[in-house]
Amino acid sequence: MSEINTQAQDTSQKVNFSFWGKVMKYVFRFWKILLGMLLSIIIQAGTDAVFPLFTQYAIDHYIEQGDASAIGMFAVGYFVCAVIKGATIFGFIYFSDKLALSVSNAIRIDGFQKLQELSFSYFDTNASGSLFARLTSDVRRLTSIISWGFMDFMWGVALIIMITVFMFNQNAALAWMIFAIVPVLLALSLVFRKVMLKTSRQAREYNSQVTAAYNEGLMGAVTSKTLVREDKNAAEFDAKTAILKSSYIKVAKLSAIYFPLVFSLGVVGSGLALWQGGIMVLGQVITLGALSTFISYSTQLSAPINDMARLFANFQTAQAAGERIFALLEAPVEIKDSDEVIARYGEVDADSTVPRLKGDVRFDHVDFTYKTGETVLHDFNLDVKAGQCIAIVGETGAGKTTIVNLACRFYEPTGGKIYIDGEDYTQIPLMYLHKNLGYMLQTPHLFSGSIMENLRYGSPDATDEEVIAAAKMVNAHDFITEFSDGYNHQIAKGGGGLSTGQKQLVCIARAIIANPALFVLDEATSSVDTQTEMIVQNAIATVLKGRTSFVIAHRLSTIRLADVILVLEKGRILEQGSHAELMAQKGHYYNLYTTQFLKEAKVE
Amino acid sequence: MKETTLIGSLFKGKIRTYVLGILCTALASIISLINPLIISFVIDHVLGVEPANLSGPLLWLYQAAGAKEGLAANLWLCSLALIGFTALRGIVNYFGQVNASVASESMAKDLRQKMYEKLQSTTYRYHVNLQNGDIMQRCTSDIETFINFLGGQLPQIFHCLIQIAISLVVLSQIHVNLMLLSFLSIPLLFITAYIFFRFVTRTFTASELAEGHMSTILEENIGGMRIVRAFATQKQEIARFKEASEDFFKKDFFITILMSWFWGLSDFLCQLQIGLTLVMGTVFAVRGELSVGSLIVFVTYTSNLIWPIRDMGRVLADMGRAKVAIGRIREVLSQRDEPVYQLSEGQTGPIRGNIKVENLNYAYDTGVPVLKDVSFEIKAGQTVAILGRTGSGKSTLLHILVGLLPYQEGHITVDGMELNTVSKKWLRKHFGVVLQEPFLYSKTIRENVGVAKDNPTHEDIRRVTEIASIYDGIQEFKEGFDTIVGERGVTLSGGQKQRIAIARTLMMDCRVYLFDDSLSAVDVQTDAHIRDSLRDSYHDATKIIVAHRINTLKDADQILVMDDGRIVDRGTHEELIARPGLYQDVYQMQSEWETTA
Repeated sequence: MSEINTQAQDTSQKVNFSFWGKVMKYVFRFWKILLGMLLSIIIQAGTDAVFPLFTQYAIDHYIEQGDASAIGMFAVGYFVCAVIKGATIFGFIYFSDKLALSVSNAIRIDGFQKLQELSFSYFDTNASGSLFARLTSDVRRLTSIISWGFMDFMWGVALIIMITVFMFNQNAALAWMIFAIVPVLLALSLVFRKVMLKTSRQAREYNSQVTAAYNEGLMGAVTSKTLVREDKNAAEFDAKTAILKSSYIKVAKLSAIYFPLVFSLGVVGSGLALWQGGIMVLGQVITLGALSTFISYSTQLSAPINDMARLFANFQTAQAAGERIFALLEAPVEIKDSDEVIARYGEVDADSTVPRLKGDVRFDHVDFTYKTGETVLHDFNLDVKAGQCIAIVGETGAGKTTIVNLACRFYEPTGGKIYIDGEDYTQIPLMYLHKNLGYMLQTPHLFSGSIMENLRYGSPDATDEEVIAAAKMVNAHDFITEFSDGYNHQIAKGGGGLSTGQKQLVCIARAIIANPALFVLDEATSSVDTQTEMIVQNAIATVLKGRTSFVIAHRLSTIRLADVILVLEKGRILEQGSHAELMAQKGHYYNLYTTQFLKEAKVE
Repeated sequence: MKETTLIGSLFKGKIRTYVLGILCTALASIISLINPLIISFVIDHVLGVEPANLSGPLLWLYQAAGAKEGLAANLWLCSLALIGFTALRGIVNYFGQVNASVASESMAKDLRQKMYEKLQSTTYRYHVNLQNGDIMQRCTSDIETFINFLGGQLPQIFHCLIQIAISLVVLSQIHVNLMLLSFLSIPLLFITAYIFFRFVTRTFTASELAEGHMSTILEENIGGMRIVRAFATQKQEIARFKEASEDFFKKDFFITILMSWFWGLSDFLCQLQIGLTLVMGTVFAVRGELSVGSLIVFVTYTSNLIWPIRDMGRVLADMGRAKVAIGRIREVLSQRDEPVYQLSEGQTGPIRGNIKVENLNYAYDTGVPVLKDVSFEIKAGQTVAILGRTGSGKSTLLHILVGLLPYQEGHITVDGMELNTVSKKWLRKHFGVVLQEPFLYSKTIRENVGVAKDNPTHEDIRRVTEIASIYDGIQEFKEGFDTIVGERGVTLSGGQKQRIAIARTLMMDCRVYLFDDSLSAVDVQTDAHIRDSLRDSYHDATKIIVAHRINTLKDADQILVMDDGRIVDRGTHEELIARPGLYQDVYQMQSEWETTA
């Protein structure tokens, strides 16, 4: 899936509090995990701050005194601290990761549920790749920052506070000197982190351009050969990889400056500690052990500050990813039952039982304009009697799919009305129509799972006998039983393992089992071999029988089955009538028909 | 090509930069070992009572600073040394990292370029058979994996090894027994990390599979939204996705548990090792075998070493991935190029456009014959049209004529030269073909039309687009000729694409033009207009036209009728309509409707 564009959308600059409030609602659902995480972090920061004190104690109490007889207890104490540290490391990885995974899981499921409710217009303005990314990579990005980023931040804050407390407890004057480094370090880190994020984002953008160039190189390889474009293509590609290379080097340079710089600043702290602390040791203000603690603390300060800066820098990326997710979760559902309809019919959902429709469909002065402003239909009228088959032919963009989508109420008209069985379809529950609907794409769409599960898709209550009867009706039974596991044969992703023709037969059988009153067939131009073609055509004839159907047709044999053929151009009906009538008119239909004759394999 | 040869060729010219990078990184890690020694010196000697133990230039420096008293009075000198060495280390490290990254990114660039050029120069048949997703992965993530190894992980290993070696030497000078105790857990940690990460890769696979399953359901659901809505299976879909999402959660959570145990336990071990050094060091110090400063050196060195060693176990466990990646890259780079391609490789004389095909046979790799005993002759300037059903072999014939497919049986001569021996580059510069399903680049229309010519003028572009009957159509776009098309641009209709493809081919000024059903998606009038302007402007070019409309074919000097890989009939329009056969059938069907129109 394409992640190319998601980076470019990271534009939100300010902290969006209402958004983070919503995120927190998800996080607080798992408050026990959150609590465990916070506890582990605070204890861990505590032990991190305690360890240098052990060295100090050993120096001041054993070495300086020249007596190590009590060191057994010391060793036990150290061991206990090491156990606590190991346990808290276990805890913070366990809890942070569990939090990230739990929140991801919750958001994903809510998002998926939302996708099932949203209207088709939403899918027009949001590419499927971007919707996919929201529930996969965006969720990952957001939750990793709320768990890992947040955890690092909390650890940093806790550690800095503890170190500060311990330092001031030992010697305030020296503590002040070392602490003076912190704001400088933080400011420097913030500036660097921002620049680094910007450059690495830019590098990623160049990287995706190179990926796109590869893709184009592959898709257009043959064209490039015929145009003798290879050298020019290579030169253009060379320019792209050169930019990519220099931007990656820029990223490497920045981090090669940044990390030593932060580290050096930490050492400035150690230097201060050694200088001023040394003087204090000479003046017997502090012990030698205390000096070693101050030196350790001053170097320990740079890591948490680095982590905090990273969180601030990544914050925007997470917020942008999160805003995209919540834009999906909160998108308004445009086509749904009005309050009026609910008042009259009650809540009707996908599991409800609905009355069977007859199948009269009437378009009455229908206009349709896409959200993008593109008008597809204007003053469109069509009267379909129950049981009729309507074939729609025309060029890409003529409005064929729009008519079908309107009839299915995947969209609603922007003007005029559509009547189903004589009733304005916005005045009856959506599910009354959808539960009477069958839909088949001839680029057959199967779901991964067994053949049986696919056949039962949409009619979970169908008996085995019903399913097998339907499979026999479309001549699918024979090839299914040839699999060693028969109807339990697993279909891989995208229907792998079955030929196109076989997939088509399964889809047709599936539609027959669902027994819809209204059927839509969106035919593809892809050709299959002659024999399969005939079997599929017979199966289609079976499924069309006795129900109102709309066929977006490409094949002559399918078109001939229709009672009415509509020839569309730019949203207008050019010609309308039966095959014989239209042939007699010798207009656009006849033209289409003749070119099609040669393109098809010898069926007749 | 062997993998070692490939890696060797990558390093060519960059080996010095790369080695310099690694050396600088190693030097930086040596410098980093100095500061604990300075602190130790201050604590033991300047602040304490131990003797200085210096020699050579260090002794000279020591005395110049005023020996013990001078340093005690000016402790800042020691602090300055600390900061100075840290800065020096930063600078050396900077050069190391920059050199390593320049070297590895240059290699990445070379690899990317090599892959791209290879994909352009491999045969047509290779492209027909390859899987896009797989090749894309080799070009992107496989290259990244390998380069990350060269530029990041390998220097890290060196850095770690050098640090271990030097620490070992320095510490054994101070106290051999404590050194041995301090290195006690290092092999254990290293081996545990290595084994753990080798094992955990397998659980990663399980989680990736679960994620893949979940993604599939999401993808199928978004892609099949119409089916879901029409079958009203939303609830069923939600249950399916929930199950998959939770399964992914469980698999991932299992990794979490493993990771928490590993990091928790190994951190405990690391801390325990430091504790052991501290406790035993204290005991030795109390016995007078070790100074306080030296104890601090031991604790610092141990803490600085132990975590990188644990990471090294992981890096080594990852090395296998880099090896697999370079193997997959090599496999693509070892593909054969098109034979007889460069201008220097074959005959390259001027061309007139006489084409003769004799007894040509062609079969797919599977052995299924596509062309059977095909013979015909075209004189320069003539037009030949081909009619036939889908699958009759027309496209294959055209692909052979422009050298995309090799032929083994029969002869094809161009102006008397055998086609096999002619440079492909030269051939295609003179044989312009418009493919059935034209591919447009993600560029502006202007760039697409001018794609096969150096610096085309607007006049050139206007001329060919007018002939292709698309000039006015392009002007109607909001951005006109600057409209971006292709994968990431405006979607054009089939007819618009075909006409742009015709225009860009005409731009090549060829002697021979081949049209593979290139007018199928334009309407009858436009078809006629394009043919008329082609006849007027390119009357002396040889033309081969494959089409399904009799109107498109009928003016040709010679019409070939193909069926099942053979030429079953040939002649002029008048001759062919006079005798029974496919041509007559099609003609009657089409003209019958026309006359009744």
